[in-house]
Amino acid sequence: MATTAPPAEPTTVWTKEDAKASRKANNKLHRREHAWAAAFMAPPVIGWIAFLLFPLGFSVYASLTNWNGIGNMTFIGLDNYTRLLQDPYFWKALWNTVFYMIGIPIGLALSLALALALSRKIRGRTFFRTVYYIPVISSLAAVAILWQWAYNGDFGLVNQALGLVGIDGPNWLMDPTWAKPALIIMAVWKGLGYSTLLYLAAVQAVPRSLYEAAALDGATSWKRFTKITWPMVQPVTFFLVVTNIIGGSMIFTEINIMTPTGGPSWSTASLVWYVWNQAFRNLQMGYATAMALVLGILVLIVTVIQFRINRANDFSID
Amino acid sequence: MSLNQNTARSASSAIADTAADAGRRLPQQRPGMFQRKAATQESPAVNAVLTLILSFGAIVMAAPLVWMVSTSLKTKEGVYSLPPEWIPDPFVWDTYARVFDDTYVLSGIKNSLIVAVSVTVVGTLFSSLAAFALAKLRLPGKNAIFLMLLSGMMVPFPTLMIPQFVMFSKIGWVDTLLPLIVPVILGNVIMIFFLRQYLHNVPDSLVEAAKIDGASYLKIFWTMMFPLMRPAIAAQFILWFMAVWNDYLAPIIYLNTPEKQTLQVVIANMNVQYATQRDYPLIMAASVISVIPILVVFLIFQRQIIESIALTGSKT
Repeated sequence: MATTAPPAEPTTVWTKEDAKASRKANNKLHRREHAWAAAFMAPPVIGWIAFLLFPLGFSVYASLTNWNGIGNMTFIGLDNYTRLLQDPYFWKALWNTVFYMIGIPIGLALSLALALALSRKIRGRTFFRTVYYIPVISSLAAVAILWQWAYNGDFGLVNQALGLVGIDGPNWLMDPTWAKPALIIMAVWKGLGYSTLLYLAAVQAVPRSLYEAAALDGATSWKRFTKITWPMVQPVTFFLVVTNIIGGSMIFTEINIMTPTGGPSWSTASLVWYVWNQAFRNLQMGYATAMALVLGILVLIVTVIQFRINRANDFSID
Repeated sequence: MSLNQNTARSASSAIADTAADAGRRLPQQRPGMFQRKAATQESPAVNAVLTLILSFGAIVMAAPLVWMVSTSLKTKEGVYSLPPEWIPDPFVWDTYARVFDDTYVLSGIKNSLIVAVSVTVVGTLFSSLAAFALAKLRLPGKNAIFLMLLSGMMVPFPTLMIPQFVMFSKIGWVDTLLPLIVPVILGNVIMIFFLRQYLHNVPDSLVEAAKIDGASYLKIFWTMMFPLMRPAIAAQFILWFMAVWNDYLAPIIYLNTPEKQTLQVVIANMNVQYATQRDYPLIMAASVISVIPILVVFLIFQRQIIESIALTGSKT
């Protein structure tokens, strides 16, 4: 540990006693610093213990019980987990949740294209950036209400717009085939501005000289994209994929508002929606806790895999 | 990035040199001799086509929100007119008065404000204190503490919501705003993470010098670190405020009584209640009201918000 010894006068002779006293003073100063540092860190650490560690530990136990949240907890071992494996609703909800992830590559491709366009000297690009960003800041509840109405089969905005180009749109949220795509379209619409903004910053940070050198070497614009732009924005892609998968695995608000019963033939129910439903509507707290833990572990595994892959492809430029 | 004028010179130059800043300035800063050559040459024809595509995209992006405003001003019957009318005929401003008189939107706004303001103001203070300690003070094992806090980001809220709910119901906090405030007010890991990064660009010697001058740690924080962190704090604060304001899952779990609900839950319940009465203008008006405060904040602080979001990506 670096010590902050008082600057000794060149003429002063340091005796052992002096050194000892100085060390003692230092120790005291250090202890004081440690105490303050600990005090400053205390609130988030207390929060971490009380609202993360403790609930998590409690979850592990609760998931092994039959429990309605109020009465006694009956220990039933791994029954909840075996029940979960045989529960078709669980698998359906998991499948639906994974299906929603299709929106991630679509959204990323669109937003990278938008970012490339907006990085050029186009008139009104600040205006475009703002318009594309407004859905991001709008509350998801309001947006879900709005889109539920927009997806109305007869009077909704979406089918009216499709009618203009001669397409007879489905009754989106009432149709088992189209309910999930409808939610994906809405999610892409809502998240586009955010990814575009991150990509735009990354694209603008790519040194011009790379493109100039590539152009001198006769690289086509497609080559310049695949060999320069794409690797250079890779950290942003990684960040967006990770956060989108974590966020997507928690999809709940739009499902609960737009399809309050889990959609036609249960086609929209997500895992979190099913957990919430089991816990707070059916009071199956033990079972719901087991499912919530499985969800947390799945998210953790996927995230770790992504970090592994990312490290393998790590790209750096000096 | 503008810094407080009182800030020590050395610190501000250190911060200005962060990679993110350099990266952002780079394209404009290099009026090199090759700039107008091949790679950077932009064809006006391509740009014109792109402008057209972007305009079409902007219409698609804005249309649903414009439609929301338009619907909120229609008559109940006007909602069902075919082809749809974009400009309501007649304009019904009375709907907005009904929203405030007949629904829980007003109490919803009040509750959302209580939660969002208390969480973000106090939480920001706690987060910046912790970030200061983690970045600049000595404590054995502080990196382990930081990693421990970071690990919290890996646990999704749905995994914790059931035990948290049980905890809060045991102490009788269900149907109050406290379960929405207390767990998050103690600090936000994301904010701690960014502020800590930010402070790493401030030389340690600055803190050491202040210590030698006999400044207390609270004083160092308040007069030196907090002003230094202010741009980063402002950006994170706004993002956090928006996240709390727009939250839906936690409020729906805890709040049952209509007048205790936050705005997002109020409008979601209105959506169920008034849809059966076919009162879409009322629902849309409430939705417009829920979006407008955040929209105003965004338009005012647009530059800071966009800068901080751009920074989010570059710091990973």
